[in-house]
Amino acid sequence: MSRLSSTGDTPTAELASDHLRKALIDRLRSAIGDALVDSYLVAGVDVWVRVRADAWRQAGLALRDQLGMDYFCYLSAIDWMPSPFGRSEDDPTAEVTERDDTIRQGYAGGETRFQMLARVVSSSTHVGINIKADVSENDLTVESWIPVYTGANWHERETWEMFGINFAGHPDLRHMYLPTEFEGFPLRKDFPLLARLVKPWPGIADVEPMPGVSGDDEGGE
Amino acid sequence: MTMIDERRQLSYIAAQAADARVNVELETEGMTLNIGPQHPATHGTLRIIARLDGEQVVWAEPSAGYMHRGYEKLTEVRTFPQITALVNRIDWLGSFANEVPFILAAEQLMGIEAPPRAQHIRTILFELSRIANVSLFLGDLGVQLGAITPVFMAFRDREYVLNLIEAATGGRFHPNFDRIGGLKDDLPKGWLEDTKASMHKLRTFCGEIEDLLFGNEIFQARTRGVGIIPKEVALQYGLSGANLRASGVDWDLRRDQSLPMAWDKVDWKVWTHPDGDCFARCWIRLQEVREATKIVDQLCDTVPSGPIMAKVPRIIKVPEGEAWVSTENPLGEMGYYVVSKGDTGPFRVKIRSASFNNISITPWLLKGVLVPDIITILASLYFILGDIDR
Repeated sequence: MSRLSSTGDTPTAELASDHLRKALIDRLRSAIGDALVDSYLVAGVDVWVRVRADAWRQAGLALRDQLGMDYFCYLSAIDWMPSPFGRSEDDPTAEVTERDDTIRQGYAGGETRFQMLARVVSSSTHVGINIKADVSENDLTVESWIPVYTGANWHERETWEMFGINFAGHPDLRHMYLPTEFEGFPLRKDFPLLARLVKPWPGIADVEPMPGVSGDDEGGE
Repeated sequence: MTMIDERRQLSYIAAQAADARVNVELETEGMTLNIGPQHPATHGTLRIIARLDGEQVVWAEPSAGYMHRGYEKLTEVRTFPQITALVNRIDWLGSFANEVPFILAAEQLMGIEAPPRAQHIRTILFELSRIANVSLFLGDLGVQLGAITPVFMAFRDREYVLNLIEAATGGRFHPNFDRIGGLKDDLPKGWLEDTKASMHKLRTFCGEIEDLLFGNEIFQARTRGVGIIPKEVALQYGLSGANLRASGVDWDLRRDQSLPMAWDKVDWKVWTHPDGDCFARCWIRLQEVREATKIVDQLCDTVPSGPIMAKVPRIIKVPEGEAWVSTENPLGEMGYYVVSKGDTGPFRVKIRSASFNNISITPWLLKGVLVPDIITILASLYFILGDIDR
């Protein structure tokens, strides 16, 4: 991965090892022990950690108090199940093709379909950390982060209405955007994009080869 | 004590008791004030429900969602180049600035970088959208506090910037100009000279606003000491941009992270203010427009020559991976968490918009303030509805 910098003041050798972000992982491990399941580091770019869901709040407290991550950036979730509707670009008259439905999680691994995703940053060093947690599908609940970061309130409401993940200890899990009577969780992959079901994506109708290029050439520069 | 004095005192006590009884009766019944969703003071469709005790707010909460368009879901059925057209419409006053972090995230995943000329022009357009956005705030601020003139000046002078953006990109509000690997087009002839001339006009505008508004006694009385956000609270709520710097946190993503942009090549200053009140937030924004004009001025002098597009495949497939890129947008920190599975489109995009966090502090901040201060505080926090609802 290329280095996203044009400044010349950081030596490349130091970047390759990235002591600052590596130290973050070590300090989090010493704070919460084996509740830190996995970590992933892209030197000079970013760091990811995955914690056990039952240690979600504990990890937040450790990040805030011991690692100095005082700035709350955002909190959300990821549904790792590949969408059964693909990219909603199918020709409705064509035969249904088999889709790959294996769940593959991203950086720092994972075991469950749903993962929590949050980011907190230190306002003094300006280095942030992405934190994930596996949420079991049998019990889609994690502890609320409101006692850790007050600003998590709205983010948790949004995550609850979009993914159906419950936050134990949240004072009012009400709808943020959707109407009160709304059923279903729109950002889950098995929730169809209704507009595309009502009217299929017109893009499939007018695929035209570029002049002078053969139809299925994908890598041409 | 004479009899008259005694009588006077007794009547005074009786009057006090009567008043107290009335007060007690009034206290038993609060009043709920509903502002919006369509109200001139809420710019956009943000609805605020405030429970009042007399003139004082006991409890208040904004109700968002009247403009929720579900961009996070829509990105999952679009290709990477198509998404810039969507994210243009998040913060519609500074559209180009929305495109940049998304394109940077995609470029980071693909391991490519835009050529220096493209980075340079990107930065110029980024700062121009900041000026277009925040100069409107400076005018709008006056209207919300009862001063009509500044808004005419803001619309007059913002026009110069919009014309520049239109000349370069073809769109006044939704440029859709940024591409993975560079920019759609090069700049038109004579554009850099026009830009420098306009920056001079914008600096004059800042001076006028400072004289008219910031030096005004009424303005100061309405904003100083109102809606104070301490540093720790601001960080807890994830406030960003001018709102955070007005609480004394010296943090600007343009300066404090290394991105393939041109901010580190010019000389400019990050302003902070220790007070954390409405005045501080407005003042910081005024300074930011000034700094932005300085940045654009210097960048116009040093645009490097070369291509504006890196070598990218005709059909863009982004390798598997995850990337987080955020930039210092006109409203604050705007970031995208992009998850790609090696397809032509992203698997998931989390859009972290500045206004969502900035406005989530209002239930805390509005508690105990007076009714007219609701408007001042909301105006000074500065939000765009599209940036809250996405």
